[in-house]
Amino acid sequence: MEASQPLGGRILTKPFLVLAAVALVGGVLIVYRYVFGLGAVTNLNDGYPWGIWITYDVLVGTALGCGGYAMALVVYAFNKWEYHPLVRSALLTSVFGYTLAGVAVFLDIGRYWNGYNLFLPWRVNFNSVLVEVALCIAAYVVVLWLELAPALLEARPDAKAQRLRRRLETLLPIIVSLGILLPTMHQSSLGALMIIAGPKLSPLWQTPLLPMFFLITAIAMGYAVTVFESLLSSLAFQRPYETPLLARISTVMVSFISIYLVMRFADLVWRGQVQLIFADNLTSLMFIIENLLFLQAVIILAKPGNRSDNRWLFLSAVLLLLGGAVYRFNAFLVGYNPGFGWRYFPALPEIFITLGIVALELLGYLYFVKKYPILPKAEHV
Amino acid sequence: MGLSRRNFLKAAAGSGLLAASQLSPVPVLAREPKTRLPEALGILYDATLCIGCKACMTACKEYNNLPADPSSPEGLWDDPLDLSARTYNIVKLYTSGTGKTKDQEADGYSFIRRFCMHCVDPACTSACPVKALSKDPITGIVKYNKDLCIGCRYCQIACPFNVPKFQWDTPFPEIKKCQLCDHRIKRGSYSACCEFCPNGASLFGEVQALRKEAKRRLSLPPGSQATFPIHRLDTGEYRYASVGHYFPKVYGEVDGGGTQVLLMAGVPFQKLGLPDLPPESTASHSETLMHTLYKGMIGPYVLFAGLFYLVYRNTTKKDLP
Ligand code: SF4
Ligand code: SF4
Ligand code: SF4
Repeated sequence: MEASQPLGGRILTKPFLVLAAVALVGGVLIVYRYVFGLGAVTNLNDGYPWGIWITYDVLVGTALGCGGYAMALVVYAFNKWEYHPLVRSALLTSVFGYTLAGVAVFLDIGRYWNGYNLFLPWRVNFNSVLVEVALCIAAYVVVLWLELAPALLEARPDAKAQRLRRRLETLLPIIVSLGILLPTMHQSSLGALMIIAGPKLSPLWQTPLLPMFFLITAIAMGYAVTVFESLLSSLAFQRPYETPLLARISTVMVSFISIYLVMRFADLVWRGQVQLIFADNLTSLMFIIENLLFLQAVIILAKPGNRSDNRWLFLSAVLLLLGGAVYRFNAFLVGYNPGFGWRYFPALPEIFITLGIVALELLGYLYFVKKYPILPKAEHV
Repeated sequence: MGLSRRNFLKAAAGSGLLAASQLSPVPVLAREPKTRLPEALGILYDATLCIGCKACMTACKEYNNLPADPSSPEGLWDDPLDLSARTYNIVKLYTSGTGKTKDQEADGYSFIRRFCMHCVDPACTSACPVKALSKDPITGIVKYNKDLCIGCRYCQIACPFNVPKFQWDTPFPEIKKCQLCDHRIKRGSYSACCEFCPNGASLFGEVQALRKEAKRRLSLPPGSQATFPIHRLDTGEYRYASVGHYFPKVYGEVDGGGTQVLLMAGVPFQKLGLPDLPPESTASHSETLMHTLYKGMIGPYVLFAGLFYLVYRNTTKKDLP
């Protein structure tokens, strides 16, 4: 049984306070949004009804929260237990990524007081992709907290907490299976959301394979974020690096993204849209950037020597995360054109609310790794 | 990463499950495109008869209690630039070159009315997660119910005509769009825009009859005098006018799965800002995909069972972490 331990140390460090200040600014702006409406804090409009709160907080945020999913897949489904030390910290980022994506949705929907209708089966339209996404994400947030609960309970000495922990652990196979099933469903459905937009989305992104592409990139981003987070926390908390494990994870990651790139281009060729890549406009430029980011990550990791070098590992993870993020922005904003000269660029308060949410995520992470046994014991590595 | 054969097989089985959940092409589950309702109501707009007086815009505002929507800096006039939460209906102008000849593509101009098309297979109702937008099973009118709406704006993403509009400037927003004056139809009246159109450019009626009327117009010799029904088709009121040079197509016959609002014009419809849509609605694409993956939740159950088997076997062999 591997051991994890709390980091300990002061909570109220300088970075913590800075993040708290950013979160506070976000909080004030959120109050403003509820008093004066969405138009008062965002540049959203009737042409671009979805902006960065959906694209960044929900799409990129949950993809960044796929660490728990990607690691559960490799550890529990593919029986690779050597990766187990990384599961807990991956789960923690997932918990915050997803929980706050849920918060962002609540900020974004205009008639939030009617939101409960989504949970009444007789009111719900099961043909709507958005229903699948919303219910699945809501269920997954619960599953994630259940997956994390043993770690939180471990820190409590009382017998009741330990009994509860053992009870949860016997349910582990069910919880973990759900923890793999639900993201498989909603990460693909997030891509499927755009299918109904039809010709409003540029053919560079509009394809029946959207759900498949969103799923594969989300899994790859899950591995990338695990590598990213592990290296960063080793650096920040002066802990030993887990390079050999990360090297192997990167191999898994790069195989996913290589398959993705092959399919992506085969699909463009199949649909006869390759010429759009050379159209020399904003969408073609963004398409090229998106795919160069992925490609660069593949090229770096293709050299076996680079995989045991923390700097190359870090760089390739970052490139892949950026690629995945740009893909999501492209498929929902850049490649989306409602016509009539509609434009969208996020307003400052809109950006600050997103930053506030990210700050809240980081605050939660810092607090939990210090207070609870999340990171592997230092001597383990 | 040193996959043993056994592990490889397991991994392959797992990935196979994932891929199957994505790709299972079960064509029987494809969602059939929806067909026209026999008693559907609609509007036939004929740009060649339209004189751009905007009486329909005024009437629409009046009978739907909509406020003015000024776009000029002085804010004095009701002069919207596009549909909005304050404007359900707009008359736009196309011009090219010298802009001299009416209903002509080159060196000409044309008016075009834009409002909800009341699609046969609406993307908005397919997208709406809570049935706040719904299609009436008899009249086919696409209606909005604010008591269900959660304000997610997925309908705006979905609608190929960008019709549903959102109230951005209030903390308690609603979606706003033309509902074919359903409130007036319930009282035995009809769409205000058609009642107040002096030229019969906007004509109210049953869609089947409107389609026949549109075909009749296309078959008339351009330049000849002919009768044109006004206000609504079923009262027999008409006027004489000379037949325009029609672009040989009724927009909405098949476009995007068909619409209950039909458009005729002398200029190609894409020039007038109408989207070039395939004959199936995007709703049928999206729903076919959803049904393939999720019908009866069979796919997810199978995937869950497979995952449970793998996870259970792998965790019970180990000390629980
Ligand atoms: S035009 Fe748009 S809003 Fe109107 S019925 Fe069709 S999809 Fe719905
Ligand atoms: S904004 Fe309202 S009407 Fe539009 S899709 Fe969402 S819930 Fe339905
Ligand atoms: S049918 Fe009624 S709501 Fe629709 S455009 Fe005409 S007047 Fe306006």
